[in-house]
Amino acid sequence: MLRKFHLATLAILAVGGLSALPAWSQTVNETMAAIKSDAKQDNPSFTEFSAARGESFFKTKHGSEWSCSTCHTDNPAALGKHAKTSKDIQPLAPAANAERFTDEAKVAKWFKRNCKDVLDRVCTPQEKGDVLAYLVTVRK
Amino acid sequence: MFKYQKFLQRGLVVGLLAVGVAMSAAQADDDEEYGERQSSKMIGENRGRDMYGVQMNAKFKAECSNCHIAYTPNLLPAESWRKIMSGLDKHFGSDASLTDAENKEITAFLVSNASNRWKAPTSPLRITETSWFKQKHNSREVSPAVWKNPKVKSPSNCGACHTRADKGDFNEDDIRMPR
Ligand code: HEC
Ligand code: HEC
Ligand code: HEC
Repeated sequence: MLRKFHLATLAILAVGGLSALPAWSQTVNETMAAIKSDAKQDNPSFTEFSAARGESFFKTKHGSEWSCSTCHTDNPAALGKHAKTSKDIQPLAPAANAERFTDEAKVAKWFKRNCKDVLDRVCTPQEKGDVLAYLVTVRK
Repeated sequence: MFKYQKFLQRGLVVGLLAVGVAMSAAQADDDEEYGERQSSKMIGENRGRDMYGVQMNAKFKAECSNCHIAYTPNLLPAESWRKIMSGLDKHFGSDASLTDAENKEITAFLVSNASNRWKAPTSPLRITETSWFKQKHNSREVSPAVWKNPKVKSPSNCGACHTRADKGDFNEDDIRMPR
């Protein structure tokens, strides 16, 4: 505990000394823009993301026993719960959890895993963008 | 100008000294806390005991604690960890796949800190299916009704009873049975 504190202090000193690095690697808007560019590449006739489509995708089962909302709940601004292990899952909506959708590798990793569990395939960029478009409309 | 530089230099030295002193004080503190237990690790079984001085791997902690507590390496033999880590895309009904680099680093950590006294010739995928686990949790220790408590849900949910399970510490003093 003590050691951790001092390491943290040291890190802050070091980082502060170099430059004011941003706390996270990208903003939610940048994450959205990256998914949009994937969507355009994936489908030349792509137009827009839809929050309404995202919401229904999020709350519906797609052939397996789980939907996204099974673990992230019907209110993504609330605390979730893992369907199998009961472990708490921090809210998925950026309004309730500022860390969400700010780390590209983490976003990609969990979309891949959770889409596999829920749809037995990867999600398309359109589906990911729809979900994110929905999640950013959710208020605390 | 010259004066200013000197002032800065002195400030830096003082600052570094302060950090150094603080760090070594913290270090000494840790050593004292773990000193006695550390020696028992050398001679005894590590399974179910605190991780002592084991250097915790940050990747393991981050990647293996999202869906459940991070089960510490000393709970299974090395071969079990190799099997678990080579099947993460189908991990107990969930996709828990990692990048190759992450997988390699975490596997190395798990294997080198695995149970040091595994007697059975088996390498199970579950801690909770081992005869060791069943013996420690026989019906005299844990009545069948307790397993059905919704706060427990699954024997894999060590933290429901062992309050320091996330530290790999299953000492009986730290057990609080859910009501
Ligand atoms: C079986 C439980 C479960 C289901 C079902 C599930 N998730 Fe997750 N999800 C998790 C867990 C666990 C995490 C990682 C823990 C954390 O970051 O809090 C996570 C994290 C995420 C993240 C990472 C976000 C970030 O930036 O931190 C995204 C995106 C996500 N889930 C989307 C989805 C979508 C879309 C679905 C439906 C296709 C879905 N999840 C279904 C359990 C689940
Ligand atoms: C995407 C979610 C997820 C992630 C990430 C994950 N696990 Fe699991 N793990 C599970 C589930 C679900 C179970 C089954 C729990 C149950 O039956 O109650 C499980 C069970 C286990 C068990 C067996 C527990 C028992 O019953 O004895 C071990 C060991 C294990 N995981 C190790 C790991 C390791 C090591 C990592 C990191 C590389 C990891 N897990 C990451 C979902 C996950
Ligand atoms: C329902 C509550 C419960 C759950 C869940 C549970 N345990 Fe236990 N555990 C106990 C009890 C009670 C004992 C017996 C304590 C004693 O010997 O007095 C015990 C004993 C142990 C011991 C032996 C401790 C000692 O000092 O001899 C270990 C190691 C252990 N458990 C590990 C685990 C692990 C690992 C998990 C999860 C995979 C787990 N337990 C899940 C209740 C539980």
